[in-house]
Amino acid sequence: MQMYDLPDRNGHFGPYGGVFVAETLIHALDELRTQYEKLRSDPAFIEEFEYELKHYVGRPSPVYHAKRLSQKCGGAQIWLKREDLNHTGAHKINNTMGQALVARHMGKKRIIAETGAGQHGVASATVAARYGMECVVYMGSEDVIRQSPNVYRMKLLGASVVPVESGSKTLKDALNEAMRDWVTNVEGTFYIIGTVAGPHPYPMMVRDFNSVVGRELLTQMPDVLGRQPDAILACVGGGSNAMGAFYPYIPHKEVRLIGVEAGGFGIATGKHAATLCAGKPGVLHGNRTYLMQDDNGQIIETHSISAGLDYPGVGPEHAWLKDTGRAEYVSVTDDEALEAFHAMCRLEGIIPALESSHAVAHAMKIARDMPKDKVLLVNLSGRGDKDMNTVAKHSGIEL
Amino acid sequence: MSRISETFARLRSQGRKALIPFVTAGDPTQAATVPIMQSLVTAGADIIELGVPFSDPMADGPTIQRSSERALKNGTSLRNVLGFVSTFRQTDNSTPVVLMGYANPIEAMGYEAFTEAAASAGVDGVLVVDYPPEESEKLTMALRTKGIDSIFLLSPTSEESRIEGVGRLASGYVYYVSLKGVTGAANIDLSEVSGRLPMIRAHVNLPIGVGFGIRDGETARAIAGIADAVVIGSRLVQEIEASTPENVAANIGALVRSIRTAMDA
Repeated sequence: MQMYDLPDRNGHFGPYGGVFVAETLIHALDELRTQYEKLRSDPAFIEEFEYELKHYVGRPSPVYHAKRLSQKCGGAQIWLKREDLNHTGAHKINNTMGQALVARHMGKKRIIAETGAGQHGVASATVAARYGMECVVYMGSEDVIRQSPNVYRMKLLGASVVPVESGSKTLKDALNEAMRDWVTNVEGTFYIIGTVAGPHPYPMMVRDFNSVVGRELLTQMPDVLGRQPDAILACVGGGSNAMGAFYPYIPHKEVRLIGVEAGGFGIATGKHAATLCAGKPGVLHGNRTYLMQDDNGQIIETHSISAGLDYPGVGPEHAWLKDTGRAEYVSVTDDEALEAFHAMCRLEGIIPALESSHAVAHAMKIARDMPKDKVLLVNLSGRGDKDMNTVAKHSGIEL
Repeated sequence: MSRISETFARLRSQGRKALIPFVTAGDPTQAATVPIMQSLVTAGADIIELGVPFSDPMADGPTIQRSSERALKNGTSLRNVLGFVSTFRQTDNSTPVVLMGYANPIEAMGYEAFTEAAASAGVDGVLVVDYPPEESEKLTMALRTKGIDSIFLLSPTSEESRIEGVGRLASGYVYYVSLKGVTGAANIDLSEVSGRLPMIRAHVNLPIGVGFGIRDGETARAIAGIADAVVIGSRLVQEIEASTPENVAANIGALVRSIRTAMDA
């Protein structure tokens, strides 16, 4: 096994990552980095985090052999890592729980978060309620409409949801607005970023908290299968569930790592969110990474049927894994994801999130051409209850 | 000596402070930008900060966000902004112009192409909001070879060691952001600013401009009493927003003149 110890001290993954923020935020990021560096190797903190993951989140999440889905594809065996069974229904809570504990250690009483699909907002509101902290969630006004059940869940949990009307009114604009809140209220506020992007130390910290997924897999797969899977597949918007599953496997070169981006209406149409497949490097939201941008360096609006993947950037570590060839990145279209969504409902009795359906779709696509003794492990990052309106509307049904 | 240093030297000998207005290039129209710049100079501006519009202006409040959106809607790119500076230079060869914006449009053009184009357009300084000193060395060096100043921000939360670092890299002037928050927020805290300036001066051997929260002649005058330059942005952009393309240059000129008068009184 080869050592992999990125990011470096300044948060760089090769040419990616870093700290690209206005001077006003530098102090807050320095403070966070210093605190987190201490906590991440503090046995008491790790014990506290693991206790919460077990008793509050419900970890470890199981791995499950999707036999009927595999049969339908007629090739490789598809296994699922059931992150959809976590408390709040997605992997997002692994990270919000970790960051809430960091916030408590730093004495911060107010939590802010950005959200796209609403899963990260719900997971943030949940831990804020759990620890009696104030919570403000920024959400693009387009997403507030697309994901109304999650908006109500956040409100039930005591959070205020602020619709963001600027720019494209989606996740990237919610992130801008949360940053503006943070810079204004920096002293008492902790910003829980929901993906492996943003300025250092966020990409590292969010990866660390989510990497419980990959660590569990490392022991679960040999237990149930006698070996590691041949490939791990995960959807990539910002890339937190993928990074969580991939990270512990980076030294295990025999396991292919496949990130599945949102191909929207198809890459050729330009209406998609497949940043690593079709974007180019630049600077946004505090880090250097691949971006969807025009020739003038302006960020362009993305499209995906799944709000959680509808983001023009991607975590800098994914950019590095792509360039080094350690991970592969592909895209599937809205229609392919929907097809996988329905197959999962009917064949496995699992309603997956539209985000996760992208990873399932690609697994189904490549399983067909693989021998039956090969194993594809899909990180089923979330459940699809939140997507009822979107799927029904797509099928011409009014709920 | 650069145009920026010359400007500060001249003002110092006259016992005056610099007035630095900020406007977003291309707002409200591309055609209005050069006349607005000329009007700013006539009204008493010493240096012009010209905002390069960006789709995701993370450090800006709603006023400058809207100006960026207007400029982008009419297609204003970094190349256009450099074109405005070239045109402005045809009639004004002495007023320094500082480009202020975000990293990505510059990265998309490439450091070399950008510094080349900026130098030939007549740009005097560049302030990249999301390039703190740690991430800006390459651009700073590229600009330096062309004689263009790198302007950096300092904030109320900047620690002494960072102020030293900025002092080593910066040239032209440094821009002290007088409050925590985004552009256009709240009002300035004069005692906080005057308390911080001596420490900054101890490490930075450059003129210090103060901005964020300066809204009228009175606050500009108070800041001019303690700093070397007064930066005013959101208030001007509000004026642009309230004007028509026909009267915008005149309105902006009148507002800047009133601030200049208050500062010099």
